[in-house]
Amino acid sequence: MRSIYVLALLPVLAVLVGPFFVNRVTPYVLGMPFLLAWLAGALVLTSVVMAIIFYADQARLATAKHSAEGV
Amino acid sequence: MNSALIFIFLAVALALFLGIRARRGKDMSLEQWAVGGRGFGAAIVFLLMAGEIYTTFVFLGGSGYAYGHGAGAYYLLGYGSLPFILSYFLLPPIWRYAKEHGLISQPDFFASKFNSRWLGVLVAVVGFAALVPYLVLQLKGLGIIVSVSSYSAISSNQGVLIGAIVVAVYVALSGVHGSAWTSVVKDALVMFVAVFLGLYLPYHYYGGVGDMFAAIEKAKPGFLALRDVGESPVWMVSTVILSTLGFYMWPHMFMATYTAKREEVLRRNAFVLPIYQLMLLFILFVGFSAVLAVPGLTGGDIDLALFKVSLKTFDPWFVGVIGAAGILTALVPGSMILMTAATLLANNVYRPLRPHSSDAHVARVAKWLAPAIMALAVLFTLGGGQTIVALLLMAYALVTQLFPVLLASLIGKHLVTRTAAFASIIVGEATVAWVSLTRKSVAALFPFLPDALKDLNVGIVALVFNVVTLVAVTLLTRRTAGAAQLSTDAS
Repeated sequence: MRSIYVLALLPVLAVLVGPFFVNRVTPYVLGMPFLLAWLAGALVLTSVVMAIIFYADQARLATAKHSAEGV
Repeated sequence: MNSALIFIFLAVALALFLGIRARRGKDMSLEQWAVGGRGFGAAIVFLLMAGEIYTTFVFLGGSGYAYGHGAGAYYLLGYGSLPFILSYFLLPPIWRYAKEHGLISQPDFFASKFNSRWLGVLVAVVGFAALVPYLVLQLKGLGIIVSVSSYSAISSNQGVLIGAIVVAVYVALSGVHGSAWTSVVKDALVMFVAVFLGLYLPYHYYGGVGDMFAAIEKAKPGFLALRDVGESPVWMVSTVILSTLGFYMWPHMFMATYTAKREEVLRRNAFVLPIYQLMLLFILFVGFSAVLAVPGLTGGDIDLALFKVSLKTFDPWFVGVIGAAGILTALVPGSMILMTAATLLANNVYRPLRPHSSDAHVARVAKWLAPAIMALAVLFTLGGGQTIVALLLMAYALVTQLFPVLLASLIGKHLVTRTAAFASIIVGEATVAWVSLTRKSVAALFPFLPDALKDLNVGIVALVFNVVTLVAVTLLTRRTAGAAQLSTDAS
């Protein structure tokens, strides 16, 4: 298990634990009810986190190099 | 003929044209037909998987759910992010194994991992049982879209029939190549329509997104947050978990994985697709904008929210554009689903029963099964029934039951036994069927549970039974196998 993978837990916690604590309408964020804005934020966070993992993942880079020779 | 109808027919004609054109220069072996010869690059795999997300379920069901249930619809955003995290770790090993063994369908995977043809048959039957309601859902949406956006010039039933014929024809001709090409057009149009409506409608009726939510909160206090009972945070989180585990258990999503040329393609999607999912937000805005603009839709009619508010707001020609986008959201996923269902029956039920059939023969059977399955789905659709989200959640509960066995098979070769795999899938599916038929909630099934857990999605109960069975039967059968081994050694 690579330590960079631990980052993936952030959005998971945001989506699965967050709603119990942020289930509220106010304050509005960008005009959206708070819980909705929270989940939309989690979506963006997912993308950022997975992009970091993608570019930092040595295991992936190793196999990518390997298969690139075949292409 | 009104101007809306012109756009609708153009969309159908374009879908048919692209579908038929896509087959040029390909010999349609089962591998080409079903998994595109495993030669699809990043863009196309992306569109196949994204195309799977933007179905009529989102277009009508998502906006309708926001309209009818308020904050309950937020669950769509949670379901929009977590599956992709899972995909980063889950899909590459599946893809690698499938390529190594030349697999075509999802049941192939289970059959090969556990070295059991009959497990493949079981998984095929489960997949088929889940795909039919999913196809019904697309047809139902198609009927709604055609009848509403043609200003009732075409009835809902006629819409269902026309759509069903178009899908069946191009699936039979082009398989996954047709779906891939039509996806390109569909996603561009749907993206445009969703973002436009999601911004324009709140602005038009309320002066902006913020003003819209403030107005709703004033008119219906509590509508924009999860309730304490019913669609509570417990319900939302358990539903997101279930949908996340089920996301790639759909037989057609599994097969979309096989179409990738390299595993890189699958990993890259894990960070591109969540951003794509932000479009769900605009769909929710559309649903919320309808809350005060076209009040009074209840029951199954909430699925009409998007079109009712559009009819009230726009000229017929633009309703036609929206209708065209909506039709493509039904046609493309509908074709993927139909193709998968036909492949499952031909490759994983028919072939094991007649083991000496040639590949060409099985491919032909698959193509002939497609229209037959479509006819079945049309019958169910015309038979009436539930709202779009209700149908989807049931089908999700069915496919999610495959997850524990799949995960176990990826972790270790002999982590669970073959008997346990059979038992856990059967127990899980039987629980889902029982719960769906009796329409019981967790609270009714287990009155002794603490109140906090009573809003759990019922699919979770089936999943718990499933996992318990998997562990228990593995322990039991392994001990028996061990004992048998011992007695052979002794003698």
